[in-house]
Amino acid sequence: MPFSKPTQPIDAFAAAQSPERRASVRLGSQAGHDKRTAILTEDYADPDQLRRLAGAVKQHALDHLDRYLGEAEARLTAHGAVVHFARDADEACQSVREILERRGARRVVKAKSMVTEEIGLGAFLEAHGIESLETDLGEYIVQIDADHPSHIVKPILHKNRREIARSFEAHGLGSYDDTPEVITRRARVHLRRKYLEADAAITGANFVSAESGRLVIVTNEGNARFCLAATRCHIAVVGIEKLVARDGDLALLLNLLARSATGQALSVYTELISGPRAAGQPDGPDEMHVVFLDNGRTGVLADACREILRCIRCGACLNVCPVYRQASGHAYRSVYPGPLGAVLAPLLAQNQEASGLGGLGAFAGFAGLADLPRASSLCGACNDVCPVDIPIPELLLRLRDRAHRAPAGQTGSPGSASPGPAMTTWSRIASAPALWRRALASGRLLRFLPRALRPAPLRAWEQNHVLPPWRGGAFRAWMSSRARPAR
Amino acid sequence: MTARDDIFARIRAALANLPERRSHPEFAAELTYPRSAPADIGTGSAPGGFDGAAAITALFRAQMQRAGGRVFTDPAELGAWLRAEGATHGVCDPALQPALTAALGPGLRLETALDRTRIDDYAFGITRASGAIAETGTVILHDADTSSRLAALAPWIHIAVLDPGRIHAGIHVHLADAVAALGPDPNVVWCTGPSKTADVEGILIQGVHGPGEQVALISAL
Repeated sequence: MPFSKPTQPIDAFAAAQSPERRASVRLGSQAGHDKRTAILTEDYADPDQLRRLAGAVKQHALDHLDRYLGEAEARLTAHGAVVHFARDADEACQSVREILERRGARRVVKAKSMVTEEIGLGAFLEAHGIESLETDLGEYIVQIDADHPSHIVKPILHKNRREIARSFEAHGLGSYDDTPEVITRRARVHLRRKYLEADAAITGANFVSAESGRLVIVTNEGNARFCLAATRCHIAVVGIEKLVARDGDLALLLNLLARSATGQALSVYTELISGPRAAGQPDGPDEMHVVFLDNGRTGVLADACREILRCIRCGACLNVCPVYRQASGHAYRSVYPGPLGAVLAPLLAQNQEASGLGGLGAFAGFAGLADLPRASSLCGACNDVCPVDIPIPELLLRLRDRAHRAPAGQTGSPGSASPGPAMTTWSRIASAPALWRRALASGRLLRFLPRALRPAPLRAWEQNHVLPPWRGGAFRAWMSSRARPAR
Repeated sequence: MTARDDIFARIRAALANLPERRSHPEFAAELTYPRSAPADIGTGSAPGGFDGAAAITALFRAQMQRAGGRVFTDPAELGAWLRAEGATHGVCDPALQPALTAALGPGLRLETALDRTRIDDYAFGITRASGAIAETGTVILHDADTSSRLAALAPWIHIAVLDPGRIHAGIHVHLADAVAALGPDPNVVWCTGPSKTADVEGILIQGVHGPGEQVALISAL
């Protein structure tokens, strides 16, 4: 029993995994890694040269982000898109809500987007009476199950077909049938009606080229394309780290993205969008909005671990990671699991809290994630597979080093993860998967915690702010009580 | 301070502390060419010499089939396949409809406007392709050339009609060439095979939201 003596919160999550789930995650991530390696070595004599180049391309864009963000804004505006900026999750959610309310939109369809998960947009909209439906098959299943994605590319890597079939049956999508093809067809029939009924579409973006102002959105299912074929209003929520300098950079990055993520040369649908639909095109948005989001990213840009902002969310580091394979994504307690999440999530949470931003969203908060840089064997596999050559083990070491150097109680760095009354409580919750799940499921974790037991950064933040009520509960309650039409 | 100003100020402050800013790494597009589509294809420099356009078309066909798509060059053959699939009613670009009605042969009904309330009635949708990428087996759809985004997506079969006159202008050998030729169209979509998912236990299923069959018809109409 490798987990008989848990020494870190993540060990408890790994130990709590059912054998069935552990097998799903291990087999799925191993298969993803094998496909990635096969296609990269088959197609390129020196894939490492490409990875280093792609890393330099992304780092260049980050090192000149003021220029490229301004250029993208100007191009998009010239092409008829409306560009918004949001400092934090709340500003981004409010921006989206205002756009929708101005149009009288009551129903939106969403394409898969990690950044909208990060800001809790779906739950926010539901709480404000706007139906928000995930259309990626995996994300749709996560939504009807009131679950959380466990992988950034394959959200239901932790589920098997029997769980999915039971869930479809419970939600009125036909009697129990666990054939993957039947599951997919039922989702097709249900979701295409939803696209056509929707008033607006929300997507993220994989890349934004400053040169042309084009947003690049990549899917295999075609769900983002259907969102943008059926609705009249497109809202893209985009982290400011998605910028690249030139269109030519996209050729390099797209060649690496699909190979690293799913072992394909190119994903099925690659959409390159610079504005509302063309004259004469009967379908698609006549109104396009782009919401550029900070939410802690400028703080990470100023940090010694800034290389993590290169990440293109391919999931290769999750697939290869021995810790991820044992613990699965929920163990990382944020929307960004795996090695990249162990660096990015604590840094984002810390910067959200340090700058007094209302960024708690779906995140656990910094104190609840501060153990993650230690949750690694530093084997280096994550760096070896990274398509933008992020030195993840080095960044984990920098975060660990900082934790040792910082005086206890200081909130400015992961050093604040020192044990104190607040941290003890958080550690206890974070170490107990069942407690954590219950806290998330009830959606009242923060409200249940006595003020004195809340983590120090949050208490400091609360001196000047009123903690907004948790918004997830309303959504989950609505989702689970929702009647679905019988098939 | 507006959110915009605040974010730009934060970015500038973060970058001001950098000892140096990484310059853009210049790289040749050839670096991104996979071995399955070598740099010398179509240039006539391959051993023995060959017709560049034919080589590019052959590569496109092979790669599109590899991605799960189908390529036809004879409209009558496509018509026969549609009938064999039981796909006898579809929606078609009005500019292509008269010529295709004749070329596809009898027994097929081609409507020229898509009715959103009858989206599942159309077994196939026919729209014009704006180009292709041989390296990846991709058909390129520009918004300005596509009669209806939904017609190219919602029916089970999508047929993209590719004019061989575009072989040099529109069929790119490499993905990098297609990026360089994006042009001004506000919505360019590259379709590489049928809609796919592997979300359920990693098992590949085609036709999730979009077409379960992606077809290219290379034909002058």
